[in-house]
Amino acid sequence: MDFIITFLNGLSLGGVYALIALGYTMVYGIAKMLNFAHGDIIMVGGYVLFVFVGLTGEPILAIILAAFLCMLIGISMEKAAYKPLRGASPLAVLITAIGVSYFLQSLAQIIFGAAPKFVVIADLGTITLGSLVIPVYSIVTLVVSILIMIGLSLFIKFTKTGRAMIAVSEDKAAAQIMGINVNNIITVTFLIGSFLAAIASVFYLLKAPNISPTFGSKPGIKAFTAAVIGGIGSIPGAMLGGFLLGIVEVFSNSVPQIAPYTDAIEFLILIIILLVRPTGILGKKRREKV
Amino acid sequence: MDYILETTDLGIAFGGLKAAEHVNISIKKNEIYGLIGPNGAGKTTIFNIITGVYQPTWGSFKLDGEVIKNLPQEKINQKGIARTFQNIRLFNNMTVVRNVMVGLHNRKEYKCGFFTSVLRLPKHFKVEKEMREKAKELLDIFGLLEERNNLACNLPYGKQRKLEIARALATNPKLLLLDEPAAGMNPNETMELAETIKLIRDKFDMTILLIDHDLKFVSGLCDRVTVLNFGTVLADGNISEVLNNKDVIEAYIGKKEEDE
Amino acid sequence: MKKKFKIKHFINYIVVGAATIIFTILNSVGVLGLSEQFLLEKIAISIILAVSLGLVVGFLGELSLGHAGFMCIGAYIGGKVASLLSESMGNGFLTLIIALAVGGLSAAVAGAIIGLPALRLKGDYLAIVTLAFGEIVKTLFLNSSEETFGGPIGLETPRYDRNSLFIIGFVVVLIMLAVIQNLIRSKHGRAITSIRDSEIAARATGINVTKYKLLVFALSAFFAGIAGVLFSYSNYRVQCTKFDYNYSIEILVMVVLGGMGSVNGSIIAASLITFLQIQLASILTGDLAVLQNIFYALVLILIVIYNNAPALKGFREKHNLKSFISKLFKKKKEDPSEVRDDEAKWDRVPTKINMDELLSMDIKVTESTMKPDKGGKE
Repeated sequence: MDFIITFLNGLSLGGVYALIALGYTMVYGIAKMLNFAHGDIIMVGGYVLFVFVGLTGEPILAIILAAFLCMLIGISMEKAAYKPLRGASPLAVLITAIGVSYFLQSLAQIIFGAAPKFVVIADLGTITLGSLVIPVYSIVTLVVSILIMIGLSLFIKFTKTGRAMIAVSEDKAAAQIMGINVNNIITVTFLIGSFLAAIASVFYLLKAPNISPTFGSKPGIKAFTAAVIGGIGSIPGAMLGGFLLGIVEVFSNSVPQIAPYTDAIEFLILIIILLVRPTGILGKKRREKV
Repeated sequence: MDYILETTDLGIAFGGLKAAEHVNISIKKNEIYGLIGPNGAGKTTIFNIITGVYQPTWGSFKLDGEVIKNLPQEKINQKGIARTFQNIRLFNNMTVVRNVMVGLHNRKEYKCGFFTSVLRLPKHFKVEKEMREKAKELLDIFGLLEERNNLACNLPYGKQRKLEIARALATNPKLLLLDEPAAGMNPNETMELAETIKLIRDKFDMTILLIDHDLKFVSGLCDRVTVLNFGTVLADGNISEVLNNKDVIEAYIGKKEEDE
Repeated sequence: MKKKFKIKHFINYIVVGAATIIFTILNSVGVLGLSEQFLLEKIAISIILAVSLGLVVGFLGELSLGHAGFMCIGAYIGGKVASLLSESMGNGFLTLIIALAVGGLSAAVAGAIIGLPALRLKGDYLAIVTLAFGEIVKTLFLNSSEETFGGPIGLETPRYDRNSLFIIGFVVVLIMLAVIQNLIRSKHGRAITSIRDSEIAARATGINVTKYKLLVFALSAFFAGIAGVLFSYSNYRVQCTKFDYNYSIEILVMVVLGGMGSVNGSIIAASLITFLQIQLASILTGDLAVLQNIFYALVLILIVIYNNAPALKGFREKHNLKSFISKLFKKKKEDPSEVRDDEAKWDRVPTKINMDELLSMDIKVTESTMKPDKGGKE
């Protein structure tokens, strides 16, 4: 019975990781950069929720506002910090992303202080199915994240913008020649990524209602790991990697002897998978043309 | 007959795609041999197999009588095959002379251990000086001596091609592979290049295998050629025979109407 | 011309050596207080970290995000050796040398191990593996038992004599400069930079890429380990939470700000950043301390944009430090043909995290078409 609950929790954590990993993977695929500051968007979402749940007491309104503000921050960081560097060395972009991440974290610390803040969006309680006591947030998280992933897949497959995104990720120059506005597509990508991060922050706070300036670092790095495991640049890969990592994490944490080593285990899995498949599970193997 | 390079039924498949199949090429010592064919015929693929970038799916090849199998690129180079690339690959952030000095790296006479270098033992200075002199000598042959302290990426295109050849020669190969050496050159430069290649053959007693599209360039330079099409050998032998071969003409300019 | 190069070659030894002597004299006169000594120790540690990481990033062209992990190994192993030996041999110079050697070597072994995936992985993938490695090291020390490495409370280490530790630190810096610069300015260094510029061409030219990658990773880790041992001697306690990926990134920032492939740049950036950090930390306290981080973040973003934005190329060529300094001294502009490859400019240095190359298989329309004067390169 414990097994089922653990598995469900693993899936739900995996769903959250997958949402964040999608942000990493889409930005990587389209803008060809590692957005190190992506995790901090989650933190921004968390503080927005903290402020507006406290202010209005309306969770739904706060969630909408959080999504909106995260998207705003997402595109402003893209425009201010990354856009001037388009065409520059990828390492330069990576360092800038690190700078943005520092910036957001320190800004949050100045405004809200270093001490964790407490915010309850909603107490969803548990439901009992026979002998199973299931936390409702797990189910909500899992269901909503799966719905969002389906929606995103449909969006990419069937809308003009979505197909343009695929085109840009395949070949930026060719897409540009075909009349696609690459800058707009990159902006849309950041919008979607930031929206997903905002949703992830809601799920995180449902599970553990504490928020601090470094709130986003750990989920960020874990989701990044998930994206790489699945094959960075691949959308199904991010989902697969997210669920895989979530399940590993929850199961590893459920055994007291190995729980302290959970992080090490996850990173070890990453290294092993990359050694076996250098571009991740679903990543396309590309041969360098000689 | 002594062959420097001898391939037997060489072939490779990427997934289901057969990029090359049953390729038999035999190159005599001191020969300039051409590998020609339309785009996508598998010419560079053959180069990549011979230099160890890809492992062949079928067949094998011998260098100077020795079977070369499962060796990484650097080992194959050390055995005596050097190459240039279709899209020039120089060490762009290094000076011209240092590019050539990297080519001299593995020569026995310039052996110098890691600790000898770090501890700056006298041998280090001696080796460095000798390498520099040797590199200058090579650059002089290619008319690059004046440019030796420029960064490789600042050289004009034609000189970059020459530098790449100089670097390959610095490794002291038995066989030199040139991948489209005349690509992007004007007729004058092409003619000059042909002379340089002949000079290399004579001066270094070198065997050369080259790929090119320019039939005039190839026919003026090569002793024998192999024509590839869709990864298989279409014809080989003397250049004039091959160019009159019906299949070759067909592959290059298409079928004549009345033949159909 | 030869002579001029020679002086240029030795300028960093001269400056660091002179600084060491000056501070030693100042210290013996009693001008330096505890906080200055501590600051100098930290600066020496930062220089060692930055220059050794610069070897991997700037000269081999691989991105490493796990440098703090190697430092962590050095700090724990070296600190443990020091605390064990100081019981029997006393906390003297010999103990320090043994601790430095053991800490450095164990980090070097780890470096060679992490170099193995570097043979198979490229660019970002290698970067994430090094990051993962650093986090694994951290987790392992965090969960060690109390008797071995102290677990979460950290390892108690003997503090070395304050009056001489910073001098030892600077001597280590000098030794490291000699090793790394002599390596770079030799045939082996050429082989390493050739791998950075084009791994395929380097292989085709017979360079043993495997050997050199492992060598560079091991050597870089060795010095990071040494920096770790010095760190453990400089503090009373080694705690692994210090060595997380943020710290690795901090070191990377020093390398990038100093200029990729520039040893002198790394030294200057490491000294300045460490100095500013420690000074600001003593001025700004409490939540105000984050003002320092904001400042740091903004400077970082602005410098990287200034250095790299394609649109600012003209601006950059007109207004840069070099032309400013040469204006000050009314020197003639340096002949660009004399750029040496061990000082290659950072905006030209390619690192292998070239995602376009990784992701696009066919002929690219990037650089070659954007720089019209270069013809059909790559």
